[in-house]
Amino acid sequence: MVEAIAMAHGWEMQHDASVVVIGQDVGANGGVFRATAGLQERFGKQRVQDTPLAEATIAGMAVGMATHGLKPVAEIQFMGFMYPALDQIVNHMTRMRYRTRGRLSCPVVMRMPHGGGIHAPEHHSESTEAMLCHIPGLRVVCPSSPARAYGLLLAAIRNPDPVIFLEPVRLYRAMRQEVQDDGRALPLDASFVLREGSDVTIVTWGATTLETLRAAAELDARGIGAEVIDLATLSPIDSETILESVAKTGRLVIAHEAARNAGVGAEIAALVCEHALYDLEAPIQRVTGYDTVMPLFKLELDYMPSVRRIVDAALLTLEL
Amino acid sequence: MTIVAEFTIRYRRILDPNGQLVAPLPEFAQHSAELLRMYRAMTQARVFDAKAVNLQRTGQLGTYPSCLGHEATHIGVGAAMNPDDVLAPVYREFGTQLWRGVSMAEILVYWGGDERGSDFAGPRQDFAWCVPIATQTLHAAGAAMAFKIRGERRCAVAYIGDGGTSEGAFYEALNLAGARALPVVFVVVNNGWAISVPVAEQTAAQTLAQKAVAAGIPGVQVDGNDVFAVRAAVGEAVEAARRGAGPALIEALTYRLSDHTTSDDASRYRPAAELRAAWATEPLLRMRRYLLELRLWTEADEQELQRQCAAEVEAAVSAYLATPAQSTDAMFDHLFAELPAHLRAQRATARKYATKSSGHH
Repeated sequence: MVEAIAMAHGWEMQHDASVVVIGQDVGANGGVFRATAGLQERFGKQRVQDTPLAEATIAGMAVGMATHGLKPVAEIQFMGFMYPALDQIVNHMTRMRYRTRGRLSCPVVMRMPHGGGIHAPEHHSESTEAMLCHIPGLRVVCPSSPARAYGLLLAAIRNPDPVIFLEPVRLYRAMRQEVQDDGRALPLDASFVLREGSDVTIVTWGATTLETLRAAAELDARGIGAEVIDLATLSPIDSETILESVAKTGRLVIAHEAARNAGVGAEIAALVCEHALYDLEAPIQRVTGYDTVMPLFKLELDYMPSVRRIVDAALLTLEL
Repeated sequence: MTIVAEFTIRYRRILDPNGQLVAPLPEFAQHSAELLRMYRAMTQARVFDAKAVNLQRTGQLGTYPSCLGHEATHIGVGAAMNPDDVLAPVYREFGTQLWRGVSMAEILVYWGGDERGSDFAGPRQDFAWCVPIATQTLHAAGAAMAFKIRGERRCAVAYIGDGGTSEGAFYEALNLAGARALPVVFVVVNNGWAISVPVAEQTAAQTLAQKAVAAGIPGVQVDGNDVFAVRAAVGEAVEAARRGAGPALIEALTYRLSDHTTSDDASRYRPAAELRAAWATEPLLRMRRYLLELRLWTEADEQELQRQCAAEVEAAVSAYLATPAQSTDAMFDHLFAELPAHLRAQRATARKYATKSSGHH
């Protein structure tokens, strides 16, 4: 998947001279995960810039660049290090268009490695997307495959508003597929049905799609058809796809790696309760990370939703 | 126009790369036992570090940030501090931590992915490793404020790297420390590289020491590979801070002889010639030359020291590898003083679904 991300950068920089890449170690090093590999050689040090080691600098300079004709694609090295940038994101980037009544705008993409599962050190395995989804004026996107990473990153860069692009670290190298470098974007604000089924809907995103698809295969072996939806854009949520699916299945499981309390899963559950309560034949189940700190890596697999937990939750909705 | 402010940054070196004295010896360096104690500690840090890298390479440790080349800075700082001072490290200062009584096994437990490594049996008051960049400088300033309010003759020491001096939190800590004359010393470990970004691309400032000047704090540069210079400069700074004379910043010029961490490959961005040249000025070499010349040390002593360090490291590795796994309950322990009810339910779920990697099996 990491090659698909580098490829999307390359395509868009080739075709749009206003796209610039900024971040820590994105230049000669090509990013700590190699997501910007080769870009500085191809496009030069002006368009692919290592920034000083300061996240507020990265987000704040992106605001300045974006309001003045550039399209910055900024890398925050790990999601756990985004917090110094939040002041710029919340108070400026996402409300620039609103508060100037459309006079200035911020077409910025902030890319961040997301989630755990790769034995990384402390603060390197966070999935705190719910904080970001709470910010008005911000899109939050999280791809779950190389092809979707490529197409959604292109869409994010072309989007006229700020987009947070969360890249599940577990998928960077684990997931390989052929991706056409054809510059074709995928739609934002749309989820993807990864597998059709009529008995239970499972909504998920990011790396948890792996466990969810495995759970769906296990359920299938037991004669239960699970429909798997990759949310892809976490904010705003594509409610139509979810509601259509729940109307069909009458059962909903939401699986995500992030902590449960006030998480994106809660938003989905509320949405379904508001619009489709009478379609439900069983209480909604959430399979999530626990409401504690993402543990150091010895226990990270115990924190993250497992196939067994997802299967059990689906069975619970079917009262099996 | 009138000049309203001027500043000078001094560079301090006592022992040059050839092991020759280029400045008068400080008092502490006039005792052979103390010299040997520092040299042993530097060697111990290096032997430990090599083993930790090896453990990572063989899949027995997580990502690990090597401290190769930083030994003089680490031991100089450790030796300058009092036991009841407070250390706010970054994540690489194993030499200082070992000097202060953090155990090798604790270091390995933490970098092996287990929180218990941060529960130091030794320096209970020290902060744990700080992976977010520069945030620890403010914690040190806050601890210093506590000492000041209570009238204690103690000092906080915050480490920070060259890259970290670009973060806002660093400037805020300097500003606060200067404005309130806090007993805190900032040690900037300038090892030349913030992962792949060299200092010259990080800042246009001639030195990092001069960043202190804008906060009204004295800043000095030292040869960070010279344990005498580091200990002397930091020693004077912590003494002054404890006396109530306010904070200071010491920029220790050293070199990261390793990759940033075991996840990094510096050959992608760092000239090989620069690395080769840096080995000529590394800290242990000059200290050994000095000790040999004083006839305080022999090749046989060196071999014996290497053997002792290796044995000590092996014992720590055995203790680390024999550490029983935490159960899933550990994810919930210590989150709050008392666990709220909804988390007790989640703890039960985690137990039910515990994997083989946790202690329930």
